[in-house]
Amino acid sequence: MPFIPHTEADISEMLKAIGLNDIKQLFDEIPSSLKLADLSSEPLGLNEMEMSRLMIARAPEFKPQGDFIGAGAYEHFIPAAVWQIVSRGEFYTAYTPYQAEASQGSLQVIYEYQTMMAELMAMDVSNASLYDGSTALAEAILMAIRLKNEKLKKVLLPKTVNPRYRRVVKTVLSQLDIEIIELNYDVKTGTTDLVQLSQYEDNTIAALVIPQPNFFGCLEPVDQLTAWAQKNKVLTIALVNPTAMALLKAPGEWNDTGADIVCGEGQPLGVPLASGGPYFGFLCCKQEYVRQMPGRLVGKTSDEHGREGYTLTLQAREQHIRRAKAKSNICTNQGLVVVAATIYMSLLGFDGLREVALKSHQNTSELLKLLEKKSAKKLFVAPFFHEIVMQFDKPISAGYDISADYPELKNARLICATETKTQQDLIVFAELV
Amino acid sequence: MLSFEKSAQNRRANAFKLNVSEVKDIPANYLRTTRPHFPELAELQVVRHFTQLSRKNFSIDTQFYPLGSCTMKYNPRAAHVLATLPGYFHHHPLSPEKDSQGVLENFYDLQQSILAVTGMKKVSLAPMAGAQGEFAGVAMIKAYHRDRGDFERVEMLVPDAAHGTNPASAVQCGFIVKEIPTTAEGDVNLEELKKALGPKTAGIMLTNPSTFGVFERQIQEIAKMVHEAGGLLYYDGANLNAVLGEYRPGDMGFDVMHMNLHKTFATPHGGGGPGAGPVAANEKLAKYLPLPMVAKKGETFYWETEKNCPSSIGYLNTFMGNAGVLMRAFIYARMLGRNGFPRVAQIATLNANYLMKRLEKIGYQLAFPKRRASHEFIITAKNLKDQYGVRALDIAKRLLDYGFHAPTIYFPINVPECLLIEPTETESKEELDRFIDAMAKIYEEIKANPELVKTAPHTCPVRRLDEVKAARELNLRWRPEQLSLIEGNANL
Repeated sequence: MPFIPHTEADISEMLKAIGLNDIKQLFDEIPSSLKLADLSSEPLGLNEMEMSRLMIARAPEFKPQGDFIGAGAYEHFIPAAVWQIVSRGEFYTAYTPYQAEASQGSLQVIYEYQTMMAELMAMDVSNASLYDGSTALAEAILMAIRLKNEKLKKVLLPKTVNPRYRRVVKTVLSQLDIEIIELNYDVKTGTTDLVQLSQYEDNTIAALVIPQPNFFGCLEPVDQLTAWAQKNKVLTIALVNPTAMALLKAPGEWNDTGADIVCGEGQPLGVPLASGGPYFGFLCCKQEYVRQMPGRLVGKTSDEHGREGYTLTLQAREQHIRRAKAKSNICTNQGLVVVAATIYMSLLGFDGLREVALKSHQNTSELLKLLEKKSAKKLFVAPFFHEIVMQFDKPISAGYDISADYPELKNARLICATETKTQQDLIVFAELV
Repeated sequence: MLSFEKSAQNRRANAFKLNVSEVKDIPANYLRTTRPHFPELAELQVVRHFTQLSRKNFSIDTQFYPLGSCTMKYNPRAAHVLATLPGYFHHHPLSPEKDSQGVLENFYDLQQSILAVTGMKKVSLAPMAGAQGEFAGVAMIKAYHRDRGDFERVEMLVPDAAHGTNPASAVQCGFIVKEIPTTAEGDVNLEELKKALGPKTAGIMLTNPSTFGVFERQIQEIAKMVHEAGGLLYYDGANLNAVLGEYRPGDMGFDVMHMNLHKTFATPHGGGGPGAGPVAANEKLAKYLPLPMVAKKGETFYWETEKNCPSSIGYLNTFMGNAGVLMRAFIYARMLGRNGFPRVAQIATLNANYLMKRLEKIGYQLAFPKRRASHEFIITAKNLKDQYGVRALDIAKRLLDYGFHAPTIYFPINVPECLLIEPTETESKEELDRFIDAMAKIYEEIKANPELVKTAPHTCPVRRLDEVKAARELNLRWRPEQLSLIEGNANL
C-alpha cells in the first residue's frame, strides 16, 4: 500500500497492545446497520512509474510563446529559484503557524510579504492573503459594510470589473441581502462613466469599487473616482493588478489621501498559471481599519529574553476564537503561494518588477501597432496597461472572447502581451489573426 | 534578520534584468512617483535568506506532526512533481476546452473518486478550502428551502464541539446558529436535539467522527430526526480520514458535505494553505452545487456552467478552484486505488488507538476513556494543571524541545486543557514509540521539575513569544528606521 510503513508484524504487535486481534475490531463502535463502502467502481492503485506515464500522457501541450490570453491570469517569467525554494519540505509540508516557536520561518516570510504588499500599494497594512482576487474583492466589500456598522448595504460595482469577479461577489453578497449597483462604462473611453455618479450622492452607499487597470486593460480615472467617494463619505475599494502598481500610481496615493481598502489577484507575482490555481488574493487597508480586516495577520513581538520573533496576532477576529461572531469564516490563507510571491518580489526587487510592468506595456503597444496594420480596431481610447480590446471584421479565435461577457462588443477579443513575448512571437501572432 | 535589513541600494539580481524603455503613451497623472521599499539583493542572498528561514520551521518532511483535526500525513513528492509538469504549470485556465482535455479528465476522475468514497450523487471541486465548501453547502441548504417556498427555516444547528468555521459559515449565509450540547461520552445529546428541532430548522452541521475523536453512534437516528423535522444534514469532512473507504457519509444519511483534500487526499498544507474543499451532495441538493463542474459527453470533457445548471448557487472563485491542489489530490487518489482507501482508515485508526492506549498507560488522562478512538483522540491535562500547575500549552511547547510538533491544543473548546492528537496512517510504529517515550519523559518532568516544562521551549529559535505585546503594539510590517536616509518621495 503506498505511503503506509507498517509491516504485518507491526500491525499484530500494535493490535496486541490495544487488546484486539483483528484490525476490523477498531470499528466496533460503528453501528452494524451502517453499510460498508463499495468501491468496486474505483480502479486499482497505480505505482509511481505508471502514474507518471498517465500524467505525462494527459498534460496539455507546453507552448513557450503562450496564447496571449490574460483576463485575470497573467503569464510572467518566474525565476527558477522561486519554486525550487517553495518546494522545500519545510515550507511545503508545514501547516498554519499555530506554534509560533516552531514556525518562525513561515511567520517571518509572511511578515516580509505583508511589508512588501503594503509598500507596493502605499498602504499601512496587508493581511497574510486570502483565496484569490475575486474572494478578496468579496471580503473587501464585506469589510466595508462592517466599517459602516452594517447600516449602509449598497455597493457600487463598475461593469469594467472582471465579470468573473462580479459573479463571485454576487454569490457571496446575495446571502446577506447586500445590494450591488453596477456602474456603466463610457463606450468611447472604456472606463467608468463619471456622470452617472451624481445619482448616488444620497448617503446610502457603503463603498465604491475602483479597478485599475480595469477588465478592458484601460486605466480608470482613479483620482476623480476617489475624490467623488471621499466627498460623499463612500469608502473606496481599489482592485488592482500588483505588477501594474510598479508603474502606475499606487492606491494609497489616489487623490492624495488614498483608497481605504485595496485588494486584488496576487497571481502575477511569481505564481504559475497552473490551469487556474492555486493563486492568492491580497488585501491591504488603512491602519485604523485593521480590526475589521478578515484573514490572518502576522505581527512582530519578542520572547522573554527580548529576542525578536513573529506570531499570528489579532486572532480574536477569527472563526476559531469568535465562532459565529467572527469577521469571516476564512480559516486557511494561501500560505505556500505567498512564499512564492515573497521570493519573487525579493529576487526582482522594485526595479525588476517595474521592468516587468514596462516591458509588458511596451509589448502590448508593439502588438497593437501590428494588429492595426491588419485592420483590427482598438475599441477604447483610454490609456492601457498590458491588455487591449480589439475588434475584428470577422470572428477570430485568438486571445480571450470578451464578446461572450459583453455582447454589445461584437467580434471583440481581449489580448494580452506580457514581458514573456519576443518580437518574433508578436509578429507570428499578428500574422495568425 | 529581515530581507530589508540585508538590502543595499542599487544591488540587483542581475539575471532578471530586462531591456526596457521609459513609457511615453501613459499620461503622467496615472504614473507612480514614489519608490516603495523592497529589498535590493543578489540572487544568492535571496536563496540563502529563504533557505535559512525554511530551517526555522517544523514540517511533516522533518518531524512527526500529530496536529489533531488537521491530518498531517505524508504529502507524496510524486504528486508535486507531476502536477507541475510544464504542460500543467503553464496552462492558462481560459485556454479552449479542446486544448485542456487532459486537465479536465484529471478533474473528472477526481470527481468520480470523491463520489465513490462519499456516497454522494454529484460533486463540485470549486471550493478552495473547507470553509468555502461549508459556505457552499450551507448556501445550498438555504436555496433548497427557498425553492420549496419554505422561508421560515432560519436556524442552523451546530454541536458545541464543532469547528469554528461551522457557525461562522452558517452566519455568512444569514442563518441563526443554535448550539447543541454533547453528552459526557461524546455523542450528540438527543434530548436537546429533539427540543431544538422544529419548523425553523434549516439543518444540522456534523463532523463524524466528531472533533472528540469518537464516532457518533446515533448518526442514523439523528438523520431520521432531522429529516422528519424538515431539516437537512451537512457533513463536515474534516475527519473523513477515519472512515475513508470503509463507511460513507451518504450512507449515514447526510445530504451535503465537503471534504478537505489537504487532509484526506494528502495535498500539502503549505504553511496555512492552499487547501481544497470540494462539496458533494445527494439527489436532493445536487442541482444547487457551485460552478463550474466537469462533465463528459461521449469521449469529450467540458465545463458545466449556469446554462446547464440554472439552480446553482453560483461561482465561488475566479476560475475553477485550486486546480493544482486538485491535481495533486487526483494523483494521490489514483495511486491509492480501491484497495488503498480503506487501508488508510484502518491504519490511521490503528495508530491513534495504539498511541492512546500507550499514553494512558503512562498516566495521561483520556477525555473519553470508555470510547474507541477514531483516527484521533484527546488527552486532558486538567489533573496535571490542578496538581502541578502544568497546562496543555506547556506540554505542547515541551514537545517541541523533543523534536515533535505539538498536537492541537484547547480545541475542542469544551474539553478543559485538552490535547487533540492525530498520528495519521503514514507514521511508522517506531516514530510513534519515540513520541511515546518523549511523552513519558515529559510526564516525569511534570512531577519532578514542572518549571522546566512551564518555561519550554528551550531549543527553538525563540522562547515563548509575548502575544499580548503583539496584539497591543501591533507591528504588522517593517519600516525603515532612518526615514531621512531613504529617498521617500524621490522620482524614479
